[in-house]
Amino acid sequence: MGRVILVNLIRFIVLIFLQVFLLKNMGYYNLAVPFLYILFILLLPFKIPNGLLFLLAFFTGLTVDVFYDTLGLNAAACSVLAFVRIIFISLTVQRDGFDNEPDPSLGIMGFRWFIFYAIILTFSHHLILFTFETFSFYEFGYTLLRVIFSSLFTVILMLLAEFIFFRKKMR
Amino acid sequence: MRNVWIFISKYNAFFLLIIFLVISFILLVNNNSYQRASTLNSSNQLVGTAYERINNFTNYLNLGSTNDSLAAENAKLKAALKESYFNDSIVQGEVKDSVKLQQYTYIVAKIVNKSIHQKNNYITINRGSRHGIKKGMGVISSKGIVGIILNVSPNFSTIQSLLHNDTRISASVNNNIGSLIWGEGNYDSRLAILKDIPNHVSVKKGDLVTTSGYSLFPAGLEIGRITKTGIKGGDSFLDIEIQLSTDFSTLQYVYVVNNLLSGEQNELESQNKTE
Repeated sequence: MGRVILVNLIRFIVLIFLQVFLLKNMGYYNLAVPFLYILFILLLPFKIPNGLLFLLAFFTGLTVDVFYDTLGLNAAACSVLAFVRIIFISLTVQRDGFDNEPDPSLGIMGFRWFIFYAIILTFSHHLILFTFETFSFYEFGYTLLRVIFSSLFTVILMLLAEFIFFRKKMR
Repeated sequence: MRNVWIFISKYNAFFLLIIFLVISFILLVNNNSYQRASTLNSSNQLVGTAYERINNFTNYLNLGSTNDSLAAENAKLKAALKESYFNDSIVQGEVKDSVKLQQYTYIVAKIVNKSIHQKNNYITINRGSRHGIKKGMGVISSKGIVGIILNVSPNFSTIQSLLHNDTRISASVNNNIGSLIWGEGNYDSRLAILKDIPNHVSVKKGDLVTTSGYSLFPAGLEIGRITKTGIKGGDSFLDIEIQLSTDFSTLQYVYVVNNLLSGEQNELESQNKTE
């Protein structure tokens, strides 16, 4: 239990650090902007209670917002992300099938499940993020384009990170 | 109450989403100038659109009064125009000829009011007694005859139009004198009827009808062309329909015929009656 908290804490710090000091300055003409920090919410353990998940997601978003000067924007997107995560996991994973608190990571869940999971969650997060940022449905096509390209960028970065810290564990 | 708690805990994810989303939204709107402006904007837009729609609707209801005010404004503006000042200059085409004595002069006048669809039609022109117009003068247009001056004021005159039940004008066709009338079942502003042409005179469709020179008009002025001719049963006169050459509906300028010798003629003729 303590190890899980420590791992997630380190992951949180590293991801926020990466996000606000490195990835904030990256992007392809405002069209593809990566938000890798959501990997933290993605990799939270399966058995986390919903309330705690929402709280963590909200504060992760809020932390990023503080650095981005967009208070509430990422928090809203992360709240939606947490909701989508709960739905997705309840639809695709039987919780009782695990013996030792596994994470929804690439090494454990397999490539196919993970990429599906990452794409769905990233897309929902980015959709809310960019829609709220634009705050109108004017030129929604452009917003949607940004969502798609940014999601691709983020997912690629996620896969890279997952392959770097690849741990093969059988279910 | 218990059921409510069960319901909420069963779908806790959704309610948590709502709670956190609302919190983020409040933060978003309160702390970011763009979204704040945008929120106000979009609500303003909503209100504005509603107002616009209502306005569009009420505009229709107020159309009458708006029209009235516009018309009043138009009238005011028109009154300030150059055309609304009375033009006092009179050009009388007078030719000095020592061999011939001038009998007719013409006073040009602009029509200010007219009717053509009544049973008895009148025309008002912007020339009156100050310009030398007298009661009973003939009025012609560039194409044909128009009528007879009926009443005269200092600046205006009214014309008893040819399109009047009581108008009788002496007309000639093939050197036969008849009487031109309008009305009596024919209320078309383009048509008139020529009466009192005897049966034995041969008239054809298309024959030119001119003034006879017996009345107020100079002889030989075109009146119109015959469109229909025939004999009414038992009548000794022809029934002739004439297409008038004057287009009353588009008439704008007329000439008042000033017969310089009419005074002399009248004086002479009035002696006949007194004797």
